[in-house]
Amino acid sequence: MKPAGFDYARPGSLDEALRLLGDNAGRGRLLAGGQSLGPMLNLRLATPELVIDIGRLRELQRVETTDGALVIGAGVCHADIEDGRVPDAAGGMLRRVAAGIAYRAVRNRGTIGGSLAHADPAADWPPVMIALGAELDIASARGRRRIPAADFATGVLATVLEPDEMIEAIRIPRAANAPRWGHYKIAAKPGDFAESLAVVVIHKNGAVAQAVLAGRSQVPIVLSETGRAIAGIRAWSSDQHAAIATGLDADLAQHGVDAQFSPEDRAIHLACVSRAAREAIAS
Amino acid sequence: MKVTLKLNGVETVGDVEPRTSLGDFIREHERLTGTHLGCEHGVCGACTVLIDGRPMRSCLMLAVSADGREVRTVEGYEGDAVMTAIRRFFKECHALQCGFCTPGMLATAYDIANRLPHADRARIRMELSGNLCRCTGYLGIIDAIEKSLDHIHGTDRRTRKEAS
Repeated sequence: MKPAGFDYARPGSLDEALRLLGDNAGRGRLLAGGQSLGPMLNLRLATPELVIDIGRLRELQRVETTDGALVIGAGVCHADIEDGRVPDAAGGMLRRVAAGIAYRAVRNRGTIGGSLAHADPAADWPPVMIALGAELDIASARGRRRIPAADFATGVLATVLEPDEMIEAIRIPRAANAPRWGHYKIAAKPGDFAESLAVVVIHKNGAVAQAVLAGRSQVPIVLSETGRAIAGIRAWSSDQHAAIATGLDADLAQHGVDAQFSPEDRAIHLACVSRAAREAIAS
Repeated sequence: MKVTLKLNGVETVGDVEPRTSLGDFIREHERLTGTHLGCEHGVCGACTVLIDGRPMRSCLMLAVSADGREVRTVEGYEGDAVMTAIRRFFKECHALQCGFCTPGMLATAYDIANRLPHADRARIRMELSGNLCRCTGYLGIIDAIEKSLDHIHGTDRRTRKEAS
């Protein structure tokens, strides 16, 4: 339960960190809050030659509100979002989600960018950022690029990041009307990774609903059919649960994950999506 | 690597391997063995200490990452009124048996007492989800924290919140 040896560097600026990462591509790992990498180092699931500590870089702590977006630096910790020290672009959803991540002692260290970059399929932020239509600012010594959160994870703990790249910031679009939202997480105990996690965001006065499911799939699943069903609902009744079940089955089949879910898995996901939808509709 | 931090108010300089956790530094280098390392992957909460006033896992933080920070362990609460009350009620409510989880429980209780003065039993339970105890069944711990909050913030602490 002790990490294998590694070298350690704590660059003083983002540019220096990117240079170090680029010069050590493939042998260096970024350490921000260390709440995902820390366990992996201790369990020797990760054995980097060089750990680059970006936990104190001011450039990654920035929070800005522009005309079109709330931009959250990748190094902002979950507790700062939980406590409302970061503006909430999603009508309270960011605070709710942050408060449900692991435990306070973990939230005081773990960062939003680190959670996204780690790409655990059961993690809280990836489905939220997809549902909100967020984009990720990616930086390397070679330059910058911006990609939709929906295109970021490619598999379990796998992303589109090149070895010399890091997430610099998360851009959450600011809707003209505050979105209505629902969020539900089913886990073995408070703070545990999700068995099922559903996020529903309703935009444009009910015309468009975005539903995303995470927990037991390799990457979060965008539920297009379920979203269409939710967008058509004006008030909640037991019929709506059936409509969501139909939509969910269609989505799971379309993503080719229906066969991997047992009837119990499906029931858990359906309950989760249904509760998130109900909250969003009622909000 | 050299690391300089303030440990329970004392300027402390150490020479550690980069892979040394803050928890191991506290125990093995500084011989403050009140901090207990349990699971060493962030789940059990026994190693929780305050860093710059906030509870954090000392098993998941590198000692070198704590350079320049203020670290407070279970040994560092001499004369602290809040911690004195919490300890008294931990004792009165039988909130510990073997004591392994207790340093982390106390750090978490201290955070609850300062951050969540209005917390009810359900909230206390929720906040304790990151600290495992295998002796008490938690009821004594919840009792102790509830009584500590009443003692520190007044028994009308919840109604005052509703009124405000």
